[in-house]
Amino acid sequence: MKYVVAEASEIELGGRKIVTVAGRSIGVFNLDGEFFALRNRCPHQGGKLCEGKLWGVIRSEQPGAYEYRPSREILCCPWHGWEFHVRTGQSWCAPERLRVRRYEVETVAGGEIAEAAEEPEAPEDPEAPAPGMVKGPYAVETYPVSRDGEYLVVDLPA
Amino acid sequence: MIDADVHIPNPRIQDLMPLLPEHWVEHFNNTVDKGASQEYYPPRSPVAGRRGGLAELREAVFEQGGAELAISSCLYAVDSVHNPDVAAALATAVNDWQSREWLEREPRLRGSIVAPVQLPDAAAKEVERCADRPGFVQVLIPVRTEHPLGSRLYHPLWKTIEQSGLVAAIHFGGAPVMPPTPTGWPSFFLEEYTAMAQVFATQLTSMIVEGVFDACPDLRVVFLESGFTWIPSHLWRMDKEWRNLRRLVPWVRRPPSDYFREHVRVGIQPLDSPPDPAHLSEVVDQLGSDDLLLYASDYPHVHACDAGDLLLRLLPDGLGRRIRSENARSFYRLAQGG
Repeated sequence: MKYVVAEASEIELGGRKIVTVAGRSIGVFNLDGEFFALRNRCPHQGGKLCEGKLWGVIRSEQPGAYEYRPSREILCCPWHGWEFHVRTGQSWCAPERLRVRRYEVETVAGGEIAEAAEEPEAPEDPEAPAPGMVKGPYAVETYPVSRDGEYLVVDLPA
Repeated sequence: MIDADVHIPNPRIQDLMPLLPEHWVEHFNNTVDKGASQEYYPPRSPVAGRRGGLAELREAVFEQGGAELAISSCLYAVDSVHNPDVAAALATAVNDWQSREWLEREPRLRGSIVAPVQLPDAAAKEVERCADRPGFVQVLIPVRTEHPLGSRLYHPLWKTIEQSGLVAAIHFGGAPVMPPTPTGWPSFFLEEYTAMAQVFATQLTSMIVEGVFDACPDLRVVFLESGFTWIPSHLWRMDKEWRNLRRLVPWVRRPPSDYFREHVRVGIQPLDSPPDPAHLSEVVDQLGSDDLLLYASDYPHVHACDAGDLLLRLLPDGLGRRIRSENARSFYRLAQGG
């Protein structure tokens, strides 16, 4: 089911809009002109994830050495600081055994924007917050966002 | 069997005189300074050991105790000496004394380098001086220190220990200027003695969080007289908080419990004694690895129960064998039978 959630110009670069669609609170993020939608509910304990701060990627090989990439794609839950990739909804906390529910992302024909939900292997993933980090137990629900003219459209599973 | 924690008694100043430079001999002869005056265990308290020489140690540890090798330490409190040059000179003399009077005379005995940890540069120099001497397998670091052990102040010392191929033995005690509990000075020795587990926990957190094992990936650490029942819950907590706060310390790239299991081993004496001994095997299970525990008698200190007997009776044979000898042999890289 497709829902129009915003005018494209409404969400500036690096910004977000939290909307309620079909009873679900959803955050729509603009990362460098690409739009991503996440459920506004942290799968850890239900915090309002999409109200969290966005962070860049920080890596370190040695105490006191910081390698920073200001991508601002890491969303930290305001409750416990658990980190999620805005692009994929994947958590990057610690290895755990839990499996999580995921949504397939479809490419919307005619739309200009689609999100890639492919997940490379954890250790080699250039998007991992630090080398060697393993995917966490949770992924927040993500939804495809398409741009239909001047409007952003989120596709929710029925 | 390998006994990972036995003690040789503190030398008296007259034992050290022949090994000290002349001007320090004059200093100790002519002033009230008679070397380190502190002991980590109050003398003649119920937990303090009897004094004994090499003959007594041989009898108790090797003949009666059945150890094939024993790793000894001398708890001479150079960390309590405020004059930095006296502290360094005393550490040197204590190490030469350990070599001459103990390690050279008993090939089954291994030793610990005493170093003035309050002066990390001087401590590193003393470690380098002794590292290749026969018998020394580790550096003794009293668990109570002036700064948390993960502090950058100590990183060069950790690097020196790592590169020397020695183990860092973090041991009960210490006489820095800081109180022995996290909230200040207690009134009774019982409080200090009990609080030592919290000091170990704090030092473990500090070393992992401040990146000691990232800076020194080959560093090996043994906790002696730390107890181990506090470790599982402490690791649970640390892993949990790391998930929440790891951005602050991005060099910590794995859950803290991973670092612990890779880098740290723990002596079993003294043993925290739950009313139901069966609970001990649950805790051993919660440690999450069979490699971690090392048999230790803590000779000549007297404890209310013999940890080895009690613990090893409870555990499966294979694990018991690891604790009695295999874990120490592999961690200390000791050759079979010698």
